[in-house]
Amino acid sequence: MALSVQRGLFATGRFAVVVALTYLGLLAVTFFIGRVIPVDPALAVAGDRAPEHVLEQVREELGLNLPLPEQFVRYVGRALQGDFGTSVLTTKPVLEDILATFPATLELATVGIIIGAGFGIPLGVWAAVRRGGLVDHAVRVMGLVGYSVPIFWLGLMALVLFYAKLGWVSGPGRIDVAFEYSFDRTTGLMLVDTARYALSSGEWDAFRSALSHLALPGALLGYFSLAYISRMTRSFMLNELAAEYIVAARAKGLSESRIIWRHALRNALVPLVTVVALSYAGLLEGSVLTETVFAWPGLGLYITNSLQNADMNAVLGGTIVVGTVFIALNLFSDALYRVLDPRTRDTR
Amino acid sequence: MSLRRINRITRRTWALSASAVLLLAAYAPLQAATPKDTLVMAMAIDDIISLDPAEAFEISTGEIIGNAYERLIRFDVNDPSKLLPGIAKSWKVSDDGKTYTFELNAGLKFASGNALGAEDVAWSLQRAVLLDKTPAFILTQFGLKKDTVKDRVRATGPLTVVIETDKAYAPTLVYNCLTAGVASVLDKKLLMSKEVTKDGVGDLGYGWLKTNYAGSGPLKIRDWRANEIVALERNDNASAAAGKSKTARVIIRHIKESATQRLLLEKGDADIARNLTPQDLDALAANKDVKSTATAKGTVYYFSLNQKNPILAKPEVREAFKWLVDYDAIGKTLIKNIGVVHQNFLPQGLLGASKDKPYKLDVAKAKALLAKAGHPNGFKVTVDMRTAQPVQGITEAYQQTLKQAGIELEILPGDGKQTLTKYRARSHDIYVGQWGADYWDPHTNADTFARNPDNSDEAKTKPLAWRNAWNIPELTKKSDAAAQERDGGKRAKMYQEIQAEFRNSSPFVMLYQQTEVAAFRANLDGLKLGPTSDSTYLWAVSKK
Amino acid sequence: MSGESLTQWLLSDRPQSRRQAALGRLYGGWRTFARNRLAMLGLFIVLALVLLAVLAPWIAPYSPTVGDLGSSRLLPPSSTHWLGTDDQGRDILSRLLHGSRVTLFVVLLVAVLAAPIGLLVGTVAGYAGGWVDAVLMRITDIFLAFPRLILALAFVAALGPGIENAVIAIAITSWPPYARIARAETLTIRQADYISAVKLLGASPARIVLSHIMPLCLSSVIVRVTLDMAGIILTAAGLGFLGLGAQPPMPEWGAMIAAGRAYVLDQWWVAAAPGMAIFVVSLAFNLLGDGLRDALDPKAVK
Repeated sequence: MALSVQRGLFATGRFAVVVALTYLGLLAVTFFIGRVIPVDPALAVAGDRAPEHVLEQVREELGLNLPLPEQFVRYVGRALQGDFGTSVLTTKPVLEDILATFPATLELATVGIIIGAGFGIPLGVWAAVRRGGLVDHAVRVMGLVGYSVPIFWLGLMALVLFYAKLGWVSGPGRIDVAFEYSFDRTTGLMLVDTARYALSSGEWDAFRSALSHLALPGALLGYFSLAYISRMTRSFMLNELAAEYIVAARAKGLSESRIIWRHALRNALVPLVTVVALSYAGLLEGSVLTETVFAWPGLGLYITNSLQNADMNAVLGGTIVVGTVFIALNLFSDALYRVLDPRTRDTR
Repeated sequence: MSLRRINRITRRTWALSASAVLLLAAYAPLQAATPKDTLVMAMAIDDIISLDPAEAFEISTGEIIGNAYERLIRFDVNDPSKLLPGIAKSWKVSDDGKTYTFELNAGLKFASGNALGAEDVAWSLQRAVLLDKTPAFILTQFGLKKDTVKDRVRATGPLTVVIETDKAYAPTLVYNCLTAGVASVLDKKLLMSKEVTKDGVGDLGYGWLKTNYAGSGPLKIRDWRANEIVALERNDNASAAAGKSKTARVIIRHIKESATQRLLLEKGDADIARNLTPQDLDALAANKDVKSTATAKGTVYYFSLNQKNPILAKPEVREAFKWLVDYDAIGKTLIKNIGVVHQNFLPQGLLGASKDKPYKLDVAKAKALLAKAGHPNGFKVTVDMRTAQPVQGITEAYQQTLKQAGIELEILPGDGKQTLTKYRARSHDIYVGQWGADYWDPHTNADTFARNPDNSDEAKTKPLAWRNAWNIPELTKKSDAAAQERDGGKRAKMYQEIQAEFRNSSPFVMLYQQTEVAAFRANLDGLKLGPTSDSTYLWAVSKK
Repeated sequence: MSGESLTQWLLSDRPQSRRQAALGRLYGGWRTFARNRLAMLGLFIVLALVLLAVLAPWIAPYSPTVGDLGSSRLLPPSSTHWLGTDDQGRDILSRLLHGSRVTLFVVLLVAVLAAPIGLLVGTVAGYAGGWVDAVLMRITDIFLAFPRLILALAFVAALGPGIENAVIAIAITSWPPYARIARAETLTIRQADYISAVKLLGASPARIVLSHIMPLCLSSVIVRVTLDMAGIILTAAGLGFLGLGAQPPMPEWGAMIAAGRAYVLDQWWVAAAPGMAIFVVSLAFNLLGDGLRDALDPKAVK
């Protein structure tokens, strides 16, 4: 076999093994720690009033009386077949629950990162270029406010101002009650589902309602990630702008804008991609406080709720989703590095 | 570094912002008020785990089932001691007190269109006992067991149902238990068609009913998305006796945050808000578009001292704790609008409930008692506290007043289920908890506060007295006797005695009784909160 | 050395000994830092905070743990209570002052624990490549995806409630982002000429990573760490509801914010005071971090 093909297969094999081990490791750690937390999952199912024998019955059904390693093996075995167990709180299969809650978080996170990166990167570049100037300070303070103020406070204040007082956006929830049952939810992404409905029926009200509800929490998360991304962009840009090749480029007579965007920023992209990917993954994890304030039924609320009730199937399911998100985004940004910056390619 | 081409960045950023603003402006948020024929209620409904009346026992589900299903009897919301016909038009009990006969109304139908008869009633009650889920004890406490229920509960005619109990209980106790959600009447034909059989055993429609509906009440359950929404619709097949829903739809939105509920209510996106905090209620008092209604609920809050702790087991110490709560200050501030100071285990409104309030904040007296018990300089003790209000605020206040007598209270915060797990394992020192009446009869609270048939670690039931290792064989007998006393007046007196003894010697520091408050838009009419979770009739609310 | 002033000795172009060179670099860095007015402002605020924290018991006007529920609850800021009172009637200013000790302690400890771990893992992974890189990055992924709340609950069960255990729990889950950033930077510089030069000189991989690559990644990590300071406090606040955090009545800022959440709409001062304090701390460390970053950058003009 050609050396390159051999290398390719080896790399793929290594990749598969490592990813599989990651999942296993994540599951194992979560599972074993989860089983020793001091909450009785039977309480969530049967409640506090249940007589002891009903609770025992529930524990039997949940398989809690088996030895821990056996429970884990059972779980992994079923998971490999696509059965992630049933949530004790919603009585539905965990997979179904996740397919219902993850799109909500996905939609919100995507809007957030588009705003965050879309505004954050230019702002960070601007701050780096006009270092020490008014813009730099303004970006710094704005960033710090976004980062150090509790998000529930920002959320509630935003609701009070933009929803209650000014009426510019719709309130908590994903869509107006009036449209709740007027269209099919196939993807779980409100914008997509309402758009499909609008295209087929000509009625755009539901779409407008979904957009209006998405605006405020999306902007909030966007502001949050913008704060971080702009700071990091500024830092990376400052690193690049201090390099010798910039001096050389100026000496050569290249225009400033070309230097900044096509050379300095290009070289700062590798760590910048990391930062954006980390931000996006963090948003996809779901922010339980944002979801509580905006009554957004997303993954953050789901996992936290399940954890408080020791609904381990749901927690493990949610963890797998979050784990997949992080692994996927990290692998994606790794691949992106090689495209963007030849220095990162493996020459060995 | 002055760079002219920086203007490109400026321009780009402005362009982006401008387009974003335009996009935002392109849609205007639609009409805020809720639809005319839909009632929208903001409530924390994350406690719902199943819609099956034989299994559901949470506050939110209780309310939904109270609106969606019917029972044999119901009580008058304005005077809970009065019983009113439900599905049964008349009822009587035999002279020996062990046989109850119910005559049903004729011509009743389920939402599915199926006819409602004695067969459905008997089958529903049997089913609750056979499935033996959490609320089943309400029925099984009358001697209805899995192997005997089919004989003890039966339809003796197309419109006649007979129930035989094992002992002669107070009839009001039995009737009140039949008003509970677990005694809801289910559509037998529909459920049997949805039955799933596993290993030769049918599940009586249990799997299906968890997330579906098979009832005859004024509202039918259309949809339940966990932690998100419950949608109810008018049931056109409901009888006049059951009630015709005034609005076509009732949507219950799960909103956990009180501030969010308040904003929705103020803006008109919600018609009713159910979980507002005292400060939010205060703030809404000035709002002309919002009114509120309140009802004393059958839920009491308390601190309990684990008798396994040798210091807390001393009678003087127990009493000292009761003199160290600043009831007045707490009543005026932390529980304002949402509770009333109450020092007995029977909530107001139940037969025999006592109004006596002998305790107040008296640090000197408490110190004297502690000295008598051999702890003049106080001692250290822990409390397992739920990180929820108002419980957290009350515990912190208690911490301060206890300190004045030298008692160092270490607060161990935790989440609700965390602390509950510890409580049930009797591994706490002090626990701050609450208890809601399961049905509208004094036995429901006496059963848990004043009865402890088996104090061993392997006990089959874990009433609150057990959880605090309070060994009370005499009081248990008294509570049992009161449950079987058929004369109302005598029964009330027995409960007065039990409460007096309880106030003196129990390890429970009773704090307050909950007042449930609902804030609603001024254009609503007919909203009345019931004393139990299943007696708030949303179908009776109309919008002008 | 005789005849020269100390400054000249430190800044000498021809240091006589290693120690002189090292001290000289340190002094040069300090001068760069001192020239940065904003960084000095940051340093000043941080020192002021430390001073306030140390002197808290003497300068706080009231007790941070005793309040009058009946009569002084939720009072707005006034001349008697500069920052108002909270829902238990306790003076917020006093609580803020006393709480600064705990909060600063938590923040610094987490930063000091998490940053070095992240830096080490990231640079080693980036430089080594291959299996080591893959394994380390996947371990990082595990820690990133692992729900922090579970760890909090487990810690509460194993070690009991309290703020010290919160520090460990937060530190364990905070290092992965630093590792990712450090690795990204390492990937771009590991093939540089000066690294090859040091390799030719016979430097071991360990030396290369520790002495040459790490310092270059340090600046980005420092920026990220200073940004995270506020986040750490807020995370600690978020774990409090599970028991892993400050136990009442401890006036830790995060706990104060969490408690003030219920009063945000009308009694805004309950959450605003600790919020403002967190913002000021965040700003101070951020300015300080930027200054450090500039001072540590070997390519910056001294």
